[in-house]
Amino acid sequence: MIERFGRTERALHWVHATGFFAMLATGLVLYLPALSELVARRNLVKNVHLFSALAWAVAIVLVVALGDRRRLATDWREVEALDRDDRRWLRGRPAAQGRFNAGQKLNVLVTAAFALLFALSGFFLWLGERDHRFLFDGTGTVHDTLTLLSVGIVSGHLYLALIHPATRHALRGITVGDVREDWAREHHAKWLEERRGL
Amino acid sequence: MHDRTLGRAAFLGLLGAGAAGLFVGRDALGLLGKVVPDGVESIVPTSGWRIYTIGSSVPRLDPAAYRLTVGGAVERPLTYTLDDLRALPRAEQVSDFRCVTGWVVKDVRWGGVRLHDVLAEAGLRPEAKALRFVSAEVPYDDTLTLPQALLPDVMLALEMDGKPLSHGHGFPARVVMPRMYGYKSVKWVTRIEARTTDVDLGFWEQRGYDKDAWIGASNGYG
Repeated sequence: MIERFGRTERALHWVHATGFFAMLATGLVLYLPALSELVARRNLVKNVHLFSALAWAVAIVLVVALGDRRRLATDWREVEALDRDDRRWLRGRPAAQGRFNAGQKLNVLVTAAFALLFALSGFFLWLGERDHRFLFDGTGTVHDTLTLLSVGIVSGHLYLALIHPATRHALRGITVGDVREDWAREHHAKWLEERRGL
Repeated sequence: MHDRTLGRAAFLGLLGAGAAGLFVGRDALGLLGKVVPDGVESIVPTSGWRIYTIGSSVPRLDPAAYRLTVGGAVERPLTYTLDDLRALPRAEQVSDFRCVTGWVVKDVRWGGVRLHDVLAEAGLRPEAKALRFVSAEVPYDDTLTLPQALLPDVMLALEMDGKPLSHGHGFPARVVMPRMYGYKSVKWVTRIEARTTDVDLGFWEQRGYDKDAWIGASNGYG
């Protein structure tokens, strides 16, 4: 077994996942007519949604502040680097992959951008209700579009993590932290090479 | 190309596009609704409607027991049953419904009755200045001045898109005031009260929203 994700990375993943699903559940009650009618209590649901957002943001900041920031910086550098192999891999050709494959890199980039945009549009939804100078035309549309896209992406993510036989071993990496060496060699050959070089 | 340029460009590009989206594209999801097939529409809420309530459940009014009282500054206070309302001259219109929080539903087909027909028998007294609409969803209410309430595209709707209003949309009767944001369009109307003053503040107006909620010219818009 070899370590793929440290405690900070795993904490960040699960804090974000918990926040996402808490806000998705409450958000859908506010958004989908059928659920809105079933649950009503709009004010309460809205407050839980807002509290989840606040708790999520504080928890993310705490993980980054108290965790292994050097490791996170390394992750971000790796994720930003979509090299020639990654571009080949994205076109469906065989290409050796690092600790993050190209799809995982894109997922991290998109997730990070979406998280910031959710926070930004959510903040203006909140502020606009209190100060109408900040009611912008597209705030709700951005928040809703992010939700629709995220549900699609997360569905794919869950399929790969829980169901798809070739990839679901990765779940062990993000829960316990380590993965089988033979699995890593097959899916992340370049990562093993780099490890050997260290 | 440097290896990290591509990933960073993707990240920053997404951020920039999303942030710019705050200021445009209010109707983007409405457009989406036009290209999504009908079957999918029942799952994905591309109709654009949101159901807003202020209480702990959606009011479900019994059509047989429903009464609309008309009172205040009128010559003859009276009470309508739902059948009475349906017997009034029928009006139809297609208008957009716009919420102050930014969402909009285009081309809603409303059927119902005009307020001057609702008020005809009761007869407004000369000192009447405004109409207060009281909802079964206590304590929701809102007021339109008489000139606003008698605009040609204001109605007490009984039907939406060819069917009786659903409970969530205010069954059996709701105000439709398409020139103002949706909080002026009171749902579950059970009382219309002619007022001799036009300064009453409705539910959301007591909470900071504008009394004259003209679309594009109130609540910070325009």
